[in-house]
Order: sequence, then C-alpha cells, then structure tokens
Amino acid sequence: MASVKFEVWRGNADGGEMKGYEVDVGPGYVVLDAIHQIQAEQANDMAVRWNCKAGKCGSCSAEVNGSPRLMCMTRVDELPTETPITVEPMRAFPVVKDLVTDVSWNYEVKKSIRKFQPSAPNGPDGTWRMEQYDVERPQEFRKCIECFLCQDVCHVLRDHHLHDRFAGPRHFVYAANMEMNPIDTGDRVAQLRDELGIGYCNITKCCTKVCPEHITITDNAIIPLKERVVDRSYDPLAKLIGMIRGK
Amino acid sequence: MGEHKVVEHDVVVIGAGGAGLRAAIEAASKGASVGLVCKSLLGKAHTVMAEGGVAAALANADERDNWQTHFADTMRGGQYLNAWRMAELHAKEAPDRVRELEAWGALLDRTKDGRMNQRNFGGHKYPRLAHVGDRTGLEMIRTLQDHGIHQGIEVHMEVTVTKLLKDGDRCVGAFAYDRERGRFRVFKSKAVVLATGGIGRAFLVTSNSWEYTGDGHALAYEAGAELVDMEFVQFHPTGMVWPPSVKGILVTEGVRGEGGILKNSEGRRFMFDDIPPLYVDQTADTPEEGWRYVIGDKSARRPPELLTRDHVARKIVREVKEGRGSPHGGVFLDIAWIKEHIKDSEAHIRKKLPSMYHQFKELAGIDITKEQMEVGPTTHYAMGGIRVEPDSQMATTVPGLFAAGECAGGLHGANRLGGNSLSDLLVFGKRAGEFAAKFAAASSPPSIGNDQIDAAAREALAPLERDPGADVGPYRLQFELQQLMQDKVGIARDESELTQAVEEIQKLKARAAKMGAGGSREYNPGWHTTLDLSSLLTVSEAVTIAARERKESRGAHSRVDHLGKDPEWGKYNLVLRKGPDGRMQIRKEPIVPMRPDLQDIIKEQG
Repeated sequence: MASVKFEVWRGNADGGEMKGYEVDVGPGYVVLDAIHQIQAEQANDMAVRWNCKAGKCGSCSAEVNGSPRLMCMTRVDELPTETPITVEPMRAFPVVKDLVTDVSWNYEVKKSIRKFQPSAPNGPDGTWRMEQYDVERPQEFRKCIECFLCQDVCHVLRDHHLHDRFAGPRHFVYAANMEMNPIDTGDRVAQLRDELGIGYCNITKCCTKVCPEHITITDNAIIPLKERVVDRSYDPLAKLIGMIRGK
Repeated sequence: MGEHKVVEHDVVVIGAGGAGLRAAIEAASKGASVGLVCKSLLGKAHTVMAEGGVAAALANADERDNWQTHFADTMRGGQYLNAWRMAELHAKEAPDRVRELEAWGALLDRTKDGRMNQRNFGGHKYPRLAHVGDRTGLEMIRTLQDHGIHQGIEVHMEVTVTKLLKDGDRCVGAFAYDRERGRFRVFKSKAVVLATGGIGRAFLVTSNSWEYTGDGHALAYEAGAELVDMEFVQFHPTGMVWPPSVKGILVTEGVRGEGGILKNSEGRRFMFDDIPPLYVDQTADTPEEGWRYVIGDKSARRPPELLTRDHVARKIVREVKEGRGSPHGGVFLDIAWIKEHIKDSEAHIRKKLPSMYHQFKELAGIDITKEQMEVGPTTHYAMGGIRVEPDSQMATTVPGLFAAGECAGGLHGANRLGGNSLSDLLVFGKRAGEFAAKFAAASSPPSIGNDQIDAAAREALAPLERDPGADVGPYRLQFELQQLMQDKVGIARDESELTQAVEEIQKLKARAAKMGAGGSREYNPGWHTTLDLSSLLTVSEAVTIAARERKESRGAHSRVDHLGKDPEWGKYNLVLRKGPDGRMQIRKEPIVPMRPDLQDIIKEQG
C-alpha cells in the first residue's frame, strides 16, 4: 500500500473546485478504485458514473491528469505520483455534479441519424449471406462502447462548442458502421454533409488516439465518409451525372 | 414531500438491458405506448458484459443441431428443475430471435458460406453460440438500442424505481427518483415489465456491475410476487483473481471454447480427473480427443473444461483447497498452448478473444497469447427469480406484473448453460413485451391511491434525514453484507453457517433501516446505495433461506453437509413469498410432470 495524492473536481453547474484526497493504493489499482475508496471513506456523496469496471460499458469517462480516459482502465502505477493525480469531468459536456456530465446531447444526435435499412434477405432460408471479410470493416466500428471520450477530445466540440452543427467522431463511427454494413441500403451522405457537419473535422486524429477500443476512427471511418461526401457533392463528373439522373 | 411528476404509459419496462429493450420494442410494435426506465445511461446495462455468445440451434456450424437437442441440453444443465415449458419455448424460438437481430443491424461472425458462425460452449452438445469475437453482449445491446430508439419508446435514463404501485391486486405502476436531481417520478401504467437483471452485488467477488442489486426481485417480492429457485446462484468458474482490484472480472468461457485448458500448480489438467456420471458419454477421454472437438471434428467429444459451470467451479475450488492452486488463490487457464497445434496462434488468439487479450494486458500486465492466466470462481448469475407463467411471463400472483431475463426464474433450473442467458433475454423479453401489451390493451385505466405515493416518498427520503455518522455508512454496510454472503452462502454451504447468515442478515437489516446518508438529493451515490441496500438484503435473505432449506447438492447449490443429489428433492422447486406477517415464507412446490413428447426427447437424447 502506498499513499497517493489525488485532486478531484467537486461541484455542480454553478461552479466547483479541485479538492485534495489521500488514498492508500493497492496492487493493480486503477483510478476508479481510488475514486471508490474516496467515496466509501471520505466523501459518500461524490458523484461518479460507472458500471462494469472492466472497460466494456464506457460509463466512467473523465479527464485524468488532463487527458480523456476511462477511469477503470487507467492504472495508478502508470501515472507520475510526484504531483497529485487530477481527476476532472469531461469538458465537452455540461457538468451535472462532480465527475458526472450531461451527455444527453449524444443520444439526441444519434436519434437524428438515418436508421439502418436492410436489403431483402438473399439467402434461400430468408436470412442474409455475408462474407466474414465484408463484415470485419464495420465490425471495427461496432466495438464502440459510447464512452464519448472521442467527443470530449475533439476540438470542434471541446473548444469551438459547435454541438449544434457537428455530430462528432462517435456519430461518424456510427454512421460508418451502417454505411459499410453489407446489407444496408440507407444513404446518409447528404445528411453527413448538411446536418452532421463532417466537413468541420480537419483530421487531427485526436479521437483515434483516445479511443479505448482502439478504433481507427479517423482513417477508417471519417476519411472514407468524407470521400463519399466529396465524390457525391464536389466531383464535377459525378455532379453532372447526378443532375442528368435527377439526384 | 410527495412532490412528483406523473408519467403515463400503457406499459412501463423497468430495466434496459437486453430483456428490457426487447420487451419495450415488442410492446411498442403492438401499438402500446411504452416507457423504458433505466438505472444507468441507455446502453450501459450489464448485457454489455456478456462475452461468449448467444445460444440458438441455428445448425449453421453443425447441421445435426435442432431445438430438441438444445432443449435436452438446457434441462440436463439445469438438473431437471427447470420450468420445462420455458425451456421448450426458449429452444424453439431462440433461432428466430437471433436471426432478427441481423435485420436490425447486428453483424455476427460468419461461417465460410456466409451464415452466422457458432462456437462451442459448456454443456452444449454442438457448437451453438452465435457470437462476435468475445463482445457478443455489446453487439446485442447496441443492436437493440439503435433499433429501439426509432420505435417511439420514451426512455427515462438514470431513473431508479423504489416501489411498485398497485390497484387492488394489479400492478399499475412504479415510484421512482431521478439520479440527477433526486426528483420523484410516478409511472402510471396498465402493465409493468421487470427486466432488472441479477443480484451479484450481494457477494464480494462478482462479475456483476454496481446495478446488480436485485431490485426487480425485491420490488416484485414486496408487491406480493413469488420468487423461485433462489438457492441457485451461479459461480462462474473463471474470473480474474489478480491484481485484487480486478478480482471477479469475468474471463469468458469462450477461452475454453477456443481450446483453453485448466491446469493446477503441478501442471496437471485436473478436469480429466472427475467427470460427472450425467456427462461421461459426452466427454473426451484424452486431451487429443478434446482438441479434435475444439477444431470441429464431429466424431470427437467435448473436453472436460467445457463441462457445466457448477462442476468446473467446484473442481477449481477443490484444487485450491488441496494446495494445488496458483500463487494468488486460483488455477491456471492456458490458451497460449494452442501454438502446438495452430500456426500463428498469437494472431489467432487476438482475433478470437480480443477483449480478453486487452483485459489481461491492461489490467494484469499479462499477454495471454504467451502466458497463462490465473482464474477462480466469481459470482455471475442468479438462476432464481420472479416466478412467472411460462408463456406470458406474467408473475404467478400479481396480475399486470411481468418479468423477463435474469430477474425471472424458471428457465435455467439448478444451473444455467453459458449462452442461454442472451437467448433468454431475447425470447422472453419479446414474450413479456407482447403479453404486457396485450394485457394493457384489455385493462381499464388504473387508479393509484395517494397514500401509496406518499409512503414511497417518505421511505425514499428517510435516509437523508437520519444521522449519517451513526453507523459505518452505506458502502461499508454493503461491504459487510457482501463479505457475509461470500463467506457463508458461497460455493460450499452448510446448515450452521447458513443459519448464522440468516441471523446476521436480520441484524444488517435492522442497521440498514437506520442508515443515514449525508449530502443532498442531487446525484448522491451515498443516498442511492442506502436505497439499494434494501433490495440487496431482501435477495440475500431469499438466497440464504432457500439454500438452508434444500438439503442436497444439485447444480450450483452445493451443501457440504448434504453431498450428492437426492432424488426426492428433484421433485420440488422452492418458492418464497412475503407472508401476511411481513416475514419471508418458503414452501416446496411440486414440479409439474413434463409433457410426454418432451419426456421422449429427453430419453432419445440420452
């Protein structure tokens, strides 16, 4: 057991401050263990979201020493302990209390995205035949645990607060999963351009770096979607053909 | 004090894991207005943790499979205490329920000819689990969530129900608070579906998330419903044991399905030492035959690592007790050894078991493609639950109250087979939603007395008005309960310890009734934990009383003072109900004789 200093943001929508706590850290401790210990022994009412504590549900997102992390997958022994470890709520969303933020905006955006539309089944038994090779591409996007760390780190949301016109990396991953599903017939290209604001992304790849599921968000989801938007909207030949066909 | 917002729906579904979402989708498709209440954010429920797969006799990976075999496997695994009608419906309907997920956007792993692939799992005769690597639960919950949000369902996130409301005998709603501000919400409805999951948080070492406090079990019990099979708590054989902070986190059975073997400190594959008579004919004689099974040789039989979970867990405990355990009190699980058979085994393991690879790498610093894991039993699943009518999922004694998924009892009997939980959620989630909508359509609008609402509000606020410093606080009390259940009501049970546990639980109840929580109503986990304690104590009492009553060892229930199965006990389920004096009553309920055609199936399947 080693005693480690933590500074945790305490407060609500009206304001707050960093408060110091000392925690006896056991072997293999993750930041969420320390937060739980503080909660059990020093601050019963400290608000924190968590569920699985195994990196699978994406509930315990916060900023540890300033970087967006899942608290349950951040080992204390991998952080420098000369200075206190800071734990703060995600910055891209309004604070509810302590480490809990209001992420309801994400649920609204998702609902607005055109839903999955399957083709008619192509198997004789009324189901679909799909090759493993073809499902692997969208399967990468379906690993997303909706922790919203990519949303938190994205400067379009974090610094420029363009929540009203930019859906954020999570929702491009969501759209890409449907666009690349072998049996989907939906078309979200115009929506990505006009409503979801994919053009605001300038591919700094911050989202890819923070993704705890190691989804290659920028290269595999966002860039291919951007290409579809460009092909459809800005390729002069495609545009001409589109005009002739009345699209 | 009783200030509250009233929300009206035809059907209110409590719990938004797989079962709750599936119920809500079905009820909405039948034209009901549906409210879906969840304790956490949508999509975070415990279903995300399910790893290995969803069991359904699709016969994609082995054409010999059919619903009859799935039915027989489920009954054998449950040691024939299962509600056989539920096992029949489950085996028959699971394939359709799994297939429709693809129409809603799920992308499961494929066979070579492009159909859903299926993998081996404990107790299943043929490869039967449709899956996506080792994150099948996430795929399922996300599919249901993303489909569900377009069905006109109203979702109430981070809202916790503390009481069911009644109109005479009928269940007509629920009293709840929201986490964000602690405001009260009264749900008025014509039918209520409980889909609140399990009770794992009553134990110290568990694979379950914080939400698993037996809310649905306790809410139903308080509302007059019966609980059945509560003595059967599944201890999954393979949870992480080191480091301490991750103790209990699940290591999927898929590791063994893909060829992982269990070894003791002497390097011996101890699972070969003791094969239960019920499974001798289905189990491999040699490691060589076991491996052939793993790679799909249809003439080979299952390796003993894929025996049922109750058996594997007990054997691990025995190895540890007899001094042949691993350094941190478990045994070794080795998947790296398959390099003897598979070229590029490291990439193969990372592809088949990606979350396991990351979980061990990041939390324990172990590379499972090269090193052995240390594993031991962890509290995983409640076979017992609310007693329901098999076809409709309506509670036997409370009209208008339905239950589905882990909080409902019956399907799994004395032990659940891996993969049968995800299929349970789909099959009976759908049924509960369908019958709840039907019930609602035929029901008159409810009337809820203000006295019920005022009483519920008073109860909910009481902890905030008490002195938080008078006792050890809610977290420590919960810890004491978990320690007690772990020590005295765990894998190996005996009469005197169970009696002590019953007494200790009464004392904890008295202390919990006086427990104070500091702070305000605003997002206050201390307050929430105090309220959860009441559910945890109710289910702990139910498990302990039933465990003391069943004087035999069967499935997940193992009595050191009553070793072995007693055929007489095989004729009964144990049923619990709140008595008129407020105390928990227990009775032996004779099992209804199985329909002759189903008996024939059991005989044919050996």
